[in-house]
Order: sequence, then C-alpha cells, then structure tokens
Amino acid sequence: MAPSSASPEPTAPRRTWLAVLVWLWVGAPFAYGVYELALKVAQLFND
Amino acid sequence: MKSAQVPDGGLLSRSRTVAPAGWSRWLVPPAALSIHLSIGQAYAWSVFKPAVEKALDLSGTASALPFQLAIVMLGLSAAFGGTLVERKGPRWAMAVSLLCFSSGFLLSALGAATEQFWLIVLGYGFVGGIGLGIGYISPVSTLIKWFPDRPGLATGIAIMGFGGGALIASPWSSQMLESFGDDSSGIAGAFLVHGLVYAVFMALGVLLVRVPADGWRPPNWTPPTEQRAMVTTAQVSAKNALRTPQFWCLWIVLCMNVTAGIGILEKAAPMIRDFFSGTSTPVSVSAAAGFVALLSLTNMGGRLAWSAASDTIGRKNIYRLYLGAGALLYLLIATVGDSSKPIFILSALVILSFYGGGFSTAPAYLKDLFGTYQVGAIHGRLLTAWSTAGVLGPLIVNWVADTQEAAGRSGPGLYSLSLYIMMGLLVVGFVANECIRPVHSRYHEPAPSDAGAEAPAETETPTETKETEADDGSQQRLS
Repeated sequence: MAPSSASPEPTAPRRTWLAVLVWLWVGAPFAYGVYELALKVAQLFND
Repeated sequence: MKSAQVPDGGLLSRSRTVAPAGWSRWLVPPAALSIHLSIGQAYAWSVFKPAVEKALDLSGTASALPFQLAIVMLGLSAAFGGTLVERKGPRWAMAVSLLCFSSGFLLSALGAATEQFWLIVLGYGFVGGIGLGIGYISPVSTLIKWFPDRPGLATGIAIMGFGGGALIASPWSSQMLESFGDDSSGIAGAFLVHGLVYAVFMALGVLLVRVPADGWRPPNWTPPTEQRAMVTTAQVSAKNALRTPQFWCLWIVLCMNVTAGIGILEKAAPMIRDFFSGTSTPVSVSAAAGFVALLSLTNMGGRLAWSAASDTIGRKNIYRLYLGAGALLYLLIATVGDSSKPIFILSALVILSFYGGGFSTAPAYLKDLFGTYQVGAIHGRLLTAWSTAGVLGPLIVNWVADTQEAAGRSGPGLYSLSLYIMMGLLVVGFVANECIRPVHSRYHEPAPSDAGAEAPAETETPTETKETEADDGSQQRLS
C-alpha cells in the first residue's frame, strides 16, 4: 500500500483478551498435532 | 483500473470488514490459521483410505480419487476464483471455503452411510476441493496488506498452517475411526463430526478477519525511501501478470522446487530403508516412520522460518538458496550414498525445509513483483504449478524406482537416477529464478492521474517503479 501519510495510532481498546482467545483457538490444536508428531519422531531415535 | 470495491452492504462484503481504529494486526494471522489448519486436513485423507476401501470394497486407486479430485479442484478454484476472491474480500472467501469444505464432509457422510462412493467423490473431492482452493488464497492478500513490513513472515504463518492441518487431522481422524468403527456407518459418523467441527473452527476466521482501513500503516513504520529494484511500488492486475515473463519464470521456479521436494517426500520411508538395507545399521519400519514425521516437521518449520528470513535476505536470494543449496544437497546424498546416515537424514531435512519455504515465500515474491492490487488472484494462478508438480514429482520418482528395480539394482542404486533428476530440476528452477527481473512498466496499472481511473482494490495508489526499463536487467539490484 502506498498511502500519502501514516495514520496516527489510535487510542482504542487493546482487545488483549480477544488476542489470547483466538491464538489459543488455533494454538491448542496445533500444539496437539505437533505433540503427536514428536511422538512419531522419537521412533527414529529409539530404534 | 477497474475498482475492486463491492458496493453492497452484505455482512460478508469487503466494506463491512474494514478494521476499526486500533484493531491489532496480530488478530489477522489466527483468522488465516483457522482456515489453513482446517483445509490442511486434505493431506490426511490417507487415514480414511483403508477404512473406505474395506467398507465400500474399493481398490487403492479408487479410494485415492476423492483426494486427487480435491487437489485438482484446489488448483482450479484458486486459479479461476482468485479474481473473485480479490473483489469480494477475505470474509466472503473464508465463508465460501467454510461452506464448501464443511458441506463436502457432510455429503461424504451421506455417501458413506448409504454406501454411495460417488457421493464421497462429489462431496470431499469436488465440493470440498473448491473450499480448499478458495480457502488457501483467502487470507494471502489481506495478510500482505496488514504486514507491509514483514510480508514473508505473515504469509509464512498462514501457509505453515496448511502443513499443520494434516498434523492435527491425522491422529484426530484415526482416533475417531477407532471410536466409531471403520465400517460404513463409523466412517459416516467420522465424516459428520469432521464437517461440523471444521465449520465451527473455521467460523473464527470468518468472524475475525479484517482488512486494513484506507491509508493504514503499521505503527512506527514508514515505507523504505530507498527503492529496492526487485520490490515494486507499482500495481499489476492478475490478467496482465499472466502476460509477463516474470510470472512464468516464477511458475517454473515453484514447479521445480515442489517437484524436487515431492521426490523425497513421496518415497521417504522406503527410500531410507532401501538406502541402508545393506549396511550394518539397517533402518526399521518404525524408525522410517519417525524419519517421515521429522520431514513433516521441517517442511512445516521451513514454511515459517525461511519465509520470514526472506523479508531480510530478499526473495530472489532466498530462492537461490532453496534451489542452489537444494541441488547441492541432492548431489551430496547421491555421492555419499549409504556411507553416512547422518548426512542422508540432515540433507533430506534441509531439502524439505526448502520445499516448505518455496511454498510460503511465493506470495511475498509475487507482491514484490506485481504489487498488492491482485496478489491473491495472481497467487491462485501460480498454484497451478503446484498441481503440475503434484503429478510430475511422484510420477518421476516412482517410474525411476520401478525401472531401477527391474534392472536389478538395490540399495542407494535404486534412487541415484532420481536424485540426479531432482538435482537437474532444481538447476532449471535456479536458472528461471535468475531470469526474474522487475516487471516492465507497460504491464503496470495506470495511476489515477494518468487515466482518471478509480483507485485499485485496497486504496493503494499505483505508482511507477524507478526501474521502468528494467526488463533487460540493466538497473537491477538484487533484493
């Protein structure tokens, strides 16, 4: 984007709770997937 | 330039998704991830294959049909739906993706319950495949506009999610089949739950996604004053992009990089077992499965790490690394053979990280070359390279392995020719990358003052690059 001037940073609600919620929403199943994968990876070194 | 604004006030329209003041851009990646983590399930279709074959008395070839059609539809819908996605906006695209992907599972559930395989093909393959293609490109353009300072990082997060989707779905679907049973009613139940759960999960993306307001910039960030030759400030439409040599060079780059990556991914488990079968330390079946899992992990990690690194190193340079170092690593595996297991494993891991990085860096490369105006639509068209590579890669590797086996070879000898072919493909990609120059100004959209046209989709004003005659490379400085 090529705006002519930068918009000033507004003083709006920070929505921290929303950020935590939505990152948990996607982060929890992702962590589950990575954990299950890590269990499989361990087989490479156990044999 | 035609305006990409949608005048209607529907809930899904672009105009209703403009972010309010103070909206954090870090809320946008989770919206993208909710879509990509879901549609990435496609690569876990193999979990359903044995159960579907048994329940519906199908061959392995037939049971692969829903997945194959889904991947074909991914490419087609991304290529032909890209312009519509740009015009209607990310919320509309995510909603379409949700509806198609979820109803694809519901149709498949009906197909499994009634033992009508064609309904599974239609549902999962055709309808669900449209959801894959539209969903894949839905957040790309929006993320690039929210992260003009780190486009590689932003698209890397989303496209890493596509890799992560299979990691989640694979164990989850397996557990569900164990719970419901692997007969037709059990499969129907599993499909039904998948459809409903994915609908809820993807709804977050639909509700959360926002486009930046006109003129928005990240706080404390100003566009670099020194123009980088390979980063344009002009805008190129999707239609015009197809007419440029740059698009087709990048198409070759992506196709070659993906084909070479699939060369390892497709045969990873049998390859590592065959490679070291004649040594004192052969690889067991479970260790080979662990190797495949490790490849998946580096494939996913590469999507984020390399794409983020490209923001600093430059897109052309990072593809030099993927293709040049990738070719050397293939050479290393071919020459070292079965004499060093660590070299084989490490080389394969790095190659797979390059494979992932090639996917996730492509949108930012497109943005650098063609601007942000219709980058999502251009990305959709570029994904036909992926579809081509998806056919080409396995075809080459399987054909070579079969012919080498028929010729009586064993161990590393089974794969040597494949490795050299993959190396050659990467060299072709490397040359294509070297041919990429800034896009000639005749393909640029006219600035409003030039043609009295409306502003492009996202309010950016197209401006000319400083390298208007750069097709010959005379003014090129590598970024």
